[in-house]
Amino acid sequence: MSDDKGKQLVGIVLVSHSAQVAASVAELAQGLAGGGTAVPVAPAGGTEGGELGTSAELIAAAAASVDRGAGVAVLTDLGSAVLTVKALLAEGDELPDNTHLVDAPFVEGAVAAVVTASTGADLAAVEAAAAEAYTYRKV
Amino acid sequence: MLDAAFFRRWMTATAASVDREAERLTALDSPIGDADHGSNLQRGFTAVAAAVKKEDPQTPGAVLTLAGRQLISTVGGASGPLYGTLLRRTGKALGDAGEVSETQFAEALRAGVDAVMTLGGAAPGDKTMIDALVPAVDALGDGFVAARAAAEEGALATTPLQARKGRASYLGERSIGHQDPGATSSALLIAGLAEAVDE
Repeated sequence: MSDDKGKQLVGIVLVSHSAQVAASVAELAQGLAGGGTAVPVAPAGGTEGGELGTSAELIAAAAASVDRGAGVAVLTDLGSAVLTVKALLAEGDELPDNTHLVDAPFVEGAVAAVVTASTGADLAAVEAAAAEAYTYRKV
Repeated sequence: MLDAAFFRRWMTATAASVDREAERLTALDSPIGDADHGSNLQRGFTAVAAAVKKEDPQTPGAVLTLAGRQLISTVGGASGPLYGTLLRRTGKALGDAGEVSETQFAEALRAGVDAVMTLGGAAPGDKTMIDALVPAVDALGDGFVAARAAAEEGALATTPLQARKGRASYLGERSIGHQDPGATSSALLIAGLAEAVDE
């Protein structure tokens, strides 16, 4: 199995206060990644009841669903999304091994992460690409 | 000495006061937040009270780690991971002991408050729950009643402050003049300690 590790793709989890935002950003990022290798991307938006907010259960389920053994990059919008992921990471056993909260802008970071992951890059490279999206100034 | 039953009563008393004060917490969260603090915490502490009853944890540390886990998974807003981390970290600091002294509890709660400050990046004066929790922990050496008074005073003292963390911070100077809902709910949590003794 370990011989295959280089072929495993990093999984991406997109956590937003809104289910629609998370799902749409996932769709956008996958669309812009083009027709290459399909990266496992899972949105975790809103609460379990479909309201605005953050759900620890949805985040944990999304992370488990995209874990291919190469690590999971989690991107978030703000407030409780950031804090809930940090709290889950602190729990130790709630998220797959090698899950990282990525410090990146949500939309731009998601696109950079998915495109980079589609090349078979490792978690560190995916994280770096997403974080680099902060440096792209628009004006 | 404080045993698991004391900590179960603490959680039950807090759940009851959050339930009673939910509308007031949400009203405080309406001008400077997203008007869900009361309902979010109500959902969280209802789950805590139910879990503590159902699972009947047998040590102080087990009660608080269970409660913290419930808050992280059920609240849905920032107060979930913040209060969840507070209780979990306090519980972990208490370890497996069957009973703990008030001094040990005070030290553990301080570790919990420190963990919340690390998680949320807030310091005293930022108009957050920390403004009630830090004075409460400082006063715990003088007993639970003193801690309750310090927490309430700390919560009231957030009114003239400008928020520097969370959703309210986007409002800048417009956050001035409103008591912080998180500091207010923290005062309820600390008040629950004195109630747990009285019962």
